[in-house]
Amino acid sequence: MNNIGEFISTLETEFDELAPGTLKPETKFNDLDEWSSMYSLIIIALIDTEYEVTISGEDLMSISKVEELYEMVKLRMKQ
Amino acid sequence: MAFFSIQDIAVKGIAAAVPSNMVSNWDYDLLTESEKKLLIKTTGVEQRRMVLPGMTTSDLCFEAAEKLLKELHWKKEEIEILIFVSQSTDFYLPATAIILQDRLGLSKSCMAFDIGLGCSGYVYGLSVISGMMKATGLKKGLLMVGDISTATCSNEDKSTYPLFGDAGTVTALQYEENAKSISFDLNSDGSGKDAIIIPHGGLRNLASPESFVKEEITPGIVRSKMDLALNGLDVFNFSIKEVPNSLKEFLEKIGTTTESYDYFVMHQANKLMNETIRKKMKFAPEKVPYSISKYGNTSSASIPLTIVSELSNDLKNSEKKLLLAGFGVGLSWGSVSLNLKNVVLPEIIEL
Repeated sequence: MNNIGEFISTLETEFDELAPGTLKPETKFNDLDEWSSMYSLIIIALIDTEYEVTISGEDLMSISKVEELYEMVKLRMKQ
Repeated sequence: MAFFSIQDIAVKGIAAAVPSNMVSNWDYDLLTESEKKLLIKTTGVEQRRMVLPGMTTSDLCFEAAEKLLKELHWKKEEIEILIFVSQSTDFYLPATAIILQDRLGLSKSCMAFDIGLGCSGYVYGLSVISGMMKATGLKKGLLMVGDISTATCSNEDKSTYPLFGDAGTVTALQYEENAKSISFDLNSDGSGKDAIIIPHGGLRNLASPESFVKEEITPGIVRSKMDLALNGLDVFNFSIKEVPNSLKEFLEKIGTTTESYDYFVMHQANKLMNETIRKKMKFAPEKVPYSISKYGNTSSASIPLTIVSELSNDLKNSEKKLLLAGFGVGLSWGSVSLNLKNVVLPEIIEL
């Protein structure tokens, strides 16, 4: 994961319901019409298999924007 | 460390029974069309079998046992041990296994008792019955495993109601010298007890009128304290972390790799979760069968039901090596490595 653009395109490929380009660094997950708790599961699974980083339900509650998720994953990858 | 192997015990047959009443998640009106699509894609649950009021787990297990005993040509008086594993018993007391002993017409000298476990129940049950038979020399035993989960899910709770289905199974085991050993790895973490729980109705919180009052937890989640509450994210995280870690350690201890197995059968919890575990374990997709789209999450019954539903043709008249993994409510999880040779697998019974 070199940059946030790459991270976003990985997320978008997993969410077929989202038109490419929908997600921006400043996008708030809760603002997406398609957003539901199912997406939390998809994000957790994706980040676990792609980046070997564990994100909990509480972690997801503590953030709102795409860039915050990116920063969280990046930080944990370094650890 | 609950890691051990048991010699001289062989699985001779597995049978399963499900209610004939089929429910489709496409008909679940609490969800919009796109939510239904996402739910089915993510969880894998498209159809489920649901009992009508009055039918119990033991009714399903009973019919499965009658059919299996007939196909095995076992005499009822030969059965010396019956264990019923479930979290949906006939009564608060007595134990359901004892009721089944009488209903099946087994000998009064047959020992019978219940074990209260869910998703990990099949693996645990196999370990207990094999261990008892090996230690005592009892020749023939029945492990009856299943759950009716739909009776304790609120139909207004989209986080539980569309996931679960009902099923009952029976596995017949026999003392057989030189049968290939069965290895187990069993684990528990009670700190996660609240992740999957029916909060009222036991002694900790006695059932009272308040227990039956339906409350809105969040939009789309309305349930009472007598209904199942599921923290999907916590269970998801637990499963994709602990299960592969334990499995990897287990495979190493018994000197096997994923290549050693013909099949890896997981508790049918949630397709995305199971696929994440499969990928982390690097099991080829063709070795990992699913029955979840047809039957949903059937709790303790899901592993034997998947074997009967998906592997019957391949297992008949052959010998295969299987890795089984159960995980969930408790939290409790366990794995078993075993060989199935010429097992009798009657067709699934519909009641």
